[in-house]
Amino acid sequence: MSWKSKDLLTIQDLSTAEIQTILDTAASFKEVSTRSVKKVPALRGRTVVLFFHEPSTRTRISFELAAKRMSADILTVQAASSSLVKGETLIDTLKTLDSMTIDAIVVRHKCSGVPLMLANATNASVINAGDGAHEHPTQALLDLYTINEHKGKIAGLTVTIIGDVTHSRVARSNIHGLQKMGAKVRVCAPPTLLPAGIEKMGVTVFHDLDKALEGTDVVYVLRLQLERQKKNLFPTIREYSMLYSVTSERLKRAKKDAIVMHPGPMNRGVEISSGVADGPASVIDDQVTNGVAVRMAVLYLLKGEKEGEK
Amino acid sequence: MSKSILIQGGHVVDPANQIDGPADVFIENGKIAKVGKGLKVKADQTIDAKGKIVTPGLVDIHVHLREPGFEYKETIATGTLAAVAGGVTSVACMPNTNPPIDDQAIVHFIKSKAEKEGHCHVFPVGCISKQRAGEEMSEMGELKKAGAVALSDDGAPIMNAELMRRVMEYAKMHDLVVIDHCEDMHLSNNGVMNEGEASTVMGLRGIPAASETVMVARNIVLAEMTGAKFHVAHMSTAGSVELVRQAKKKGLNVTCETAPHYWSLSDKSIKNYNANFKMNPPLRSDEDVAAIRKALKEGIVDCIATDHAPHSSTEKQCEFDEAAFGIVGLETLFPVTYSHLVEPGVVSLSRAIELLTVAPSKIVGLNKGTLSEGADADVAIFDITSEKKVDVNEFKTKGRNSPFNGWNLKGWPVTTIVSGVVKYQAE
Repeated sequence: MSWKSKDLLTIQDLSTAEIQTILDTAASFKEVSTRSVKKVPALRGRTVVLFFHEPSTRTRISFELAAKRMSADILTVQAASSSLVKGETLIDTLKTLDSMTIDAIVVRHKCSGVPLMLANATNASVINAGDGAHEHPTQALLDLYTINEHKGKIAGLTVTIIGDVTHSRVARSNIHGLQKMGAKVRVCAPPTLLPAGIEKMGVTVFHDLDKALEGTDVVYVLRLQLERQKKNLFPTIREYSMLYSVTSERLKRAKKDAIVMHPGPMNRGVEISSGVADGPASVIDDQVTNGVAVRMAVLYLLKGEKEGEK
Repeated sequence: MSKSILIQGGHVVDPANQIDGPADVFIENGKIAKVGKGLKVKADQTIDAKGKIVTPGLVDIHVHLREPGFEYKETIATGTLAAVAGGVTSVACMPNTNPPIDDQAIVHFIKSKAEKEGHCHVFPVGCISKQRAGEEMSEMGELKKAGAVALSDDGAPIMNAELMRRVMEYAKMHDLVVIDHCEDMHLSNNGVMNEGEASTVMGLRGIPAASETVMVARNIVLAEMTGAKFHVAHMSTAGSVELVRQAKKKGLNVTCETAPHYWSLSDKSIKNYNANFKMNPPLRSDEDVAAIRKALKEGIVDCIATDHAPHSSTEKQCEFDEAAFGIVGLETLFPVTYSHLVEPGVVSLSRAIELLTVAPSKIVGLNKGTLSEGADADVAIFDITSEKKVDVNEFKTKGRNSPFNGWNLKGWPVTTIVSGVVKYQAE
């Protein structure tokens, strides 16, 4: 299919066909990163701005590598080093960038909805690299890619997402994406870390990790922000890990060939044991590798020079 | 001296006098001189109200005029102009100004400004606590003497129950109603919209309905203990409705208001992170909206108020998290009431007018909202037949922050008369 949307803002608004197109495109780009000369000219002459208003290492580096391997020119604007700290509005900052004619802008912001707000104010393509607790579409896409790579399918699988769903944009994007691709999604956490009405998103809610893992194909562990403990969302990190840490012992409850995923960065010994993180079921490193390919695919679909185009 | 005016051929709705039918209204010397069929009087000016509804000027007891301190959002001049453009002839203005209305000097300032630059009657609401800080009670005796009609720290709830108890006891002595913005700030926990499915999908921090409801419960308990007059500002939850229902059954001095957005919009109405749908209390669930409508139908809601809260565009066209709470409401008050409450049959036209005139007047002890002979000639004329689109760019308020922009509504004000003077005339 041909790509129509200007932006990539959410998984919620993508069709199944669009998701499939991105995954198929990513497959063809994955090979580029294995070459000795890791570069294709698809985004030659295009300017991609990495607009990060929240600390991020992994996602920013992944996007940067993806854009570089597509031969784009890259500009990084971080909150601390831009006029954002001088009290300029986001829209004004965007207009400044826009006036210098940019092609795509990759946005990370602590407030939900910001990529949409920016997308409505610019002709450049906006890619959401994570907004508040709303969505992180490229993370979900690389997760879908990784699941498909290991399982040969997504439809019909049972995926259990464990941890702080309330504050997780990764969880939301994955819930949308997995369901669109035909997987069944479970969430497992104490009630204090599950947002109101989560079951209305179509997931099955568990509080008991052992029960949640029963028959699971994909174990998806979320990062626990340790400072949440101060907000009375769980009593101690110790108790949290007693109840919800994915350990080798617990993992036995899942299907024999279950895979374990984590969006990183991990708190080893808190939400996941080192044995699991480094064990045979872990596909965490593949997620990182696939992240670059998926982001190349997204950049290409939104901004790449297509055949017949000059 | 104002001219005499004869409003001829309209349908008069004056719930205070149980009038609901064709009648003329004669105004002389700024007062209502006579209401009756086929009046034969000589008037300086005759207004043809054929096919229109003629009512007492509306009374809105929950308005933010923003002056002094936030003149970039609204002034007494622009706020009262918006009022008359909405058929509103009396407003009670909330004290979250800068400085706040916690001192008689500010009451005097607002009253004198309103006299000089205002377009309608302005009744200041004094602070419950000094600096609205929720720590020490204000000089409410002095505030009342200066002209404050009620007490509120609106926008800020009184979190300290002991202070609320003392305030109620002391306010009772002065016969002042205590209006509380009922919200438990701990439960709200920096939320920006109603907690529920919609906030979960949007990834926005939720404010649970319980945040309002528990505070309504606490205040009702204290109102019972002290015998004070307690008024729930901008009621929005099904739980609050039930508590107020019980309080009324017990015969307590408890009243409540709700605002047009709480019966016409829900949290599902928030689209594209548009901060013109952000206010506090937030738009609630469909179940809460249904409960508010039912409460209006059953007479649990005592009056309608707008919580008119103008903000500048930069305070609204930004991140939803960072955007200011509040929406404007004066100019859409009657159209939304008529089109979304009266037309669907939730309340009768006459009951709607009551909720907008004599009922709110009584709560804050005003002698307003009636066409009784000798009353101030505050009159509004509405067109309930022609439909018009809401266009925020036509608003008289400085605020453009309305969730109703683009809505097709009936019930537009045609003429507004304040103390016998035409203060608004639709083009």
